[in-house]
Amino acid sequence: MTNIFKLIWLIPILPLIGFMLNGLGRKAFSKGVSGFIGTGVVLASFVISLFVFLDVKNGNAHTVHYFDFLHLTAYKIGFDFKIDQLSSLFLLIITGVGFLIHLYSTAYMHEEDSKDFAKYFSYLNLFVFSMLLLVMGGNFVIMFIGWEGVGLCSYLLIGYWFKNNDYTNAAKKAFIMNRIGDLGFLLAVFWLLAKLGTVSYDEVFSAASLAKLSATDITGITLLLFVGATGKSAQIPLYTWLPDAMAGPTPVSALIHAATMVTAGIYMIARSNVLFSMAEHTQTIITIVGLATALFAASIAIKQNDIKKVLAYSTVSQLGFMFIALGTGNYVAAVFHVLTHAFFKALMFLGSGSVIHAMGGEQDIRRMGGLHKHMKITSITFFIGCLAIAGIPGLSGFFSKDEILAGAYGHSKLIYSLTLFAALLTAFYMFRLYIITFTGKFRGTTVQEHHLHESPWAMTVPLIILAILSVIGGYVGVPESLGGHHELAAFLGPVVKSAQHHLNHNTEYILMALSTGLVLLSILFAWTRFKNYKVEAESTGFGRILQNKWYVDEIYNAVILNPLKGLSNFFSNVIEKKGIDGVVNGAGKAVNYGSRQLRWLQSGQVGAYILLMVIGILCLFIVQLFFNN
Amino acid sequence: MDIKAYIALALTLFTIGVIGVLVRRNAIIIFMCVELMLNAVNLLLVGFSKMHAISPAAKALPTYASDAQIFVFFIMVVAAAEVSVGLAIIVMMYRNTHSVDVNFLNRLKN
Repeated sequence: MTNIFKLIWLIPILPLIGFMLNGLGRKAFSKGVSGFIGTGVVLASFVISLFVFLDVKNGNAHTVHYFDFLHLTAYKIGFDFKIDQLSSLFLLIITGVGFLIHLYSTAYMHEEDSKDFAKYFSYLNLFVFSMLLLVMGGNFVIMFIGWEGVGLCSYLLIGYWFKNNDYTNAAKKAFIMNRIGDLGFLLAVFWLLAKLGTVSYDEVFSAASLAKLSATDITGITLLLFVGATGKSAQIPLYTWLPDAMAGPTPVSALIHAATMVTAGIYMIARSNVLFSMAEHTQTIITIVGLATALFAASIAIKQNDIKKVLAYSTVSQLGFMFIALGTGNYVAAVFHVLTHAFFKALMFLGSGSVIHAMGGEQDIRRMGGLHKHMKITSITFFIGCLAIAGIPGLSGFFSKDEILAGAYGHSKLIYSLTLFAALLTAFYMFRLYIITFTGKFRGTTVQEHHLHESPWAMTVPLIILAILSVIGGYVGVPESLGGHHELAAFLGPVVKSAQHHLNHNTEYILMALSTGLVLLSILFAWTRFKNYKVEAESTGFGRILQNKWYVDEIYNAVILNPLKGLSNFFSNVIEKKGIDGVVNGAGKAVNYGSRQLRWLQSGQVGAYILLMVIGILCLFIVQLFFNN
Repeated sequence: MDIKAYIALALTLFTIGVIGVLVRRNAIIIFMCVELMLNAVNLLLVGFSKMHAISPAAKALPTYASDAQIFVFFIMVVAAAEVSVGLAIIVMMYRNTHSVDVNFLNRLKN
């Protein structure tokens, strides 16, 4: 074990310390101090992660055991950290992108009170800590601790402006949706414990490859794990929390969408790829769900007018792509897309934050337009992000998306064409967003127009760094057909075993040309359609359905929420008030009424008392005579 | 004499006592009726003790015959003490209400 491995416990502990300091000292610290602490600890984690990553790259992967987390007669669950190729890569994404978001937040949140500012940074640090714990954990239980931690932090941060009722409802929605998924995860862990008596990755995977689990067990466990992933990674049917999570401050959205939280599900499935590769049915389901989510969310994104909502549905759609990759056994492509998506989605969220900042809190793109000349850096970096997500050759999104498409093609042509269609939708809605927001004429009020300004350096520097990463991030995974070696696949090779679909190079060229050509057409179409954008009248027909997000929230309300509400109303109004209260109050009332009536027996007449006494004695005699044999 | 006669007499006296207590309102009469019931029981006690004393089964334990009679004397002594207390109460009652009618004392009603 090299020296750096003695320090890996610092990676999660540092953000935890930051959380403690900012949380406890929130009344004492100035904004500068709490921003410095919050950002500094994540930077320190990033530096250590970088060294760990380089060490792992040299072939040093370790599982470090610290203490026994649970020690029961049958089970022993250690507090282990597993640092290998997969987790060290995620460590870099989380701390790296996380650091940029922290830095950005110092400027973005500057209008908050210093107390709230420190609170914000303490939550942010706790979020990073939970996510680090999630990826570093050496078994499913430690992962679950982090898994729950990010759920909690998302709740805290989405409801950061807790005085607004809608925002707290969005926070609750995120929490509850996640809880549904968590239940699946937890059941999977119990199943593993019951069948194997261990939850450590190494032992579970080696047991699985030695065929110690029956096919039913593996299908059940992977399905339950997938349910957990649908909650965290916002897939159908549990995705509705993610668009609502826009209630939080914009950097939080960036953190949730890019570096943490939503990648947890992908990470978990990639981590358990040994299990998932054995479960054919689960993979089919994952592919279908991923595909459905990718198309569904992309179709909604086309008609949204809130800049953050478009990006949110875009994230859901991109996560769908990752699940398609997972479902087709193309785990490396999924991780690759997580990596590139982290760059360009963080870039676009932070860019949208910059726009919202300049617009004084306005999020409706119908009131924007022509922002390019006011905020060049934001506009250019955002444009790069759009190019990257659309999959223009040479940018990061192209390589990862192309790999997913190639894997889908190797799997089935139908899946390929549907995925390609979702990719075209992606290009279309992203450029719709860009064109409406940054080009044309300004459509807001004159007050807003005077207020327009480029954001301070703490916001633009992360944008520039992320833009550079969005461009070059893809070159870690250049496919062989383009003369690369796909370093990422080679690096992840020991941990993630992808099903190889060897397409011949000519097929790959054709696929690339096809997708690139269609994406360009799609962008062109968006340009012609929206270059002279005017605020449209209410859309009708199908557009209206899309604008209202397929009425999914309404359907959930009608099918699940309202019956549940009705049931709880029934319990609280009928069972509780009439039933239980009736029994309790009835007992009291009966005693009250009875004693009111019995009172009249106490007449004060000695003779009457004695008469009753005599009657009583006679009764006792009768009982004695007739019933006591 | 047959024990049944004693029982009948005691029962009669007791019933008279009960009825007297129930129907009369004069405290002194009620008091007398209570005494009547008490002594009906005494009579029964003496009667049964005599009966057991001459029965074959009790011959092995001859002293039982006098036990109840001594016991009755105790009861009479205690009853005498009780009478003095009871009469004192009646005197106090008369001083307060100028009557010995128990129905006046109904302040505890309801």
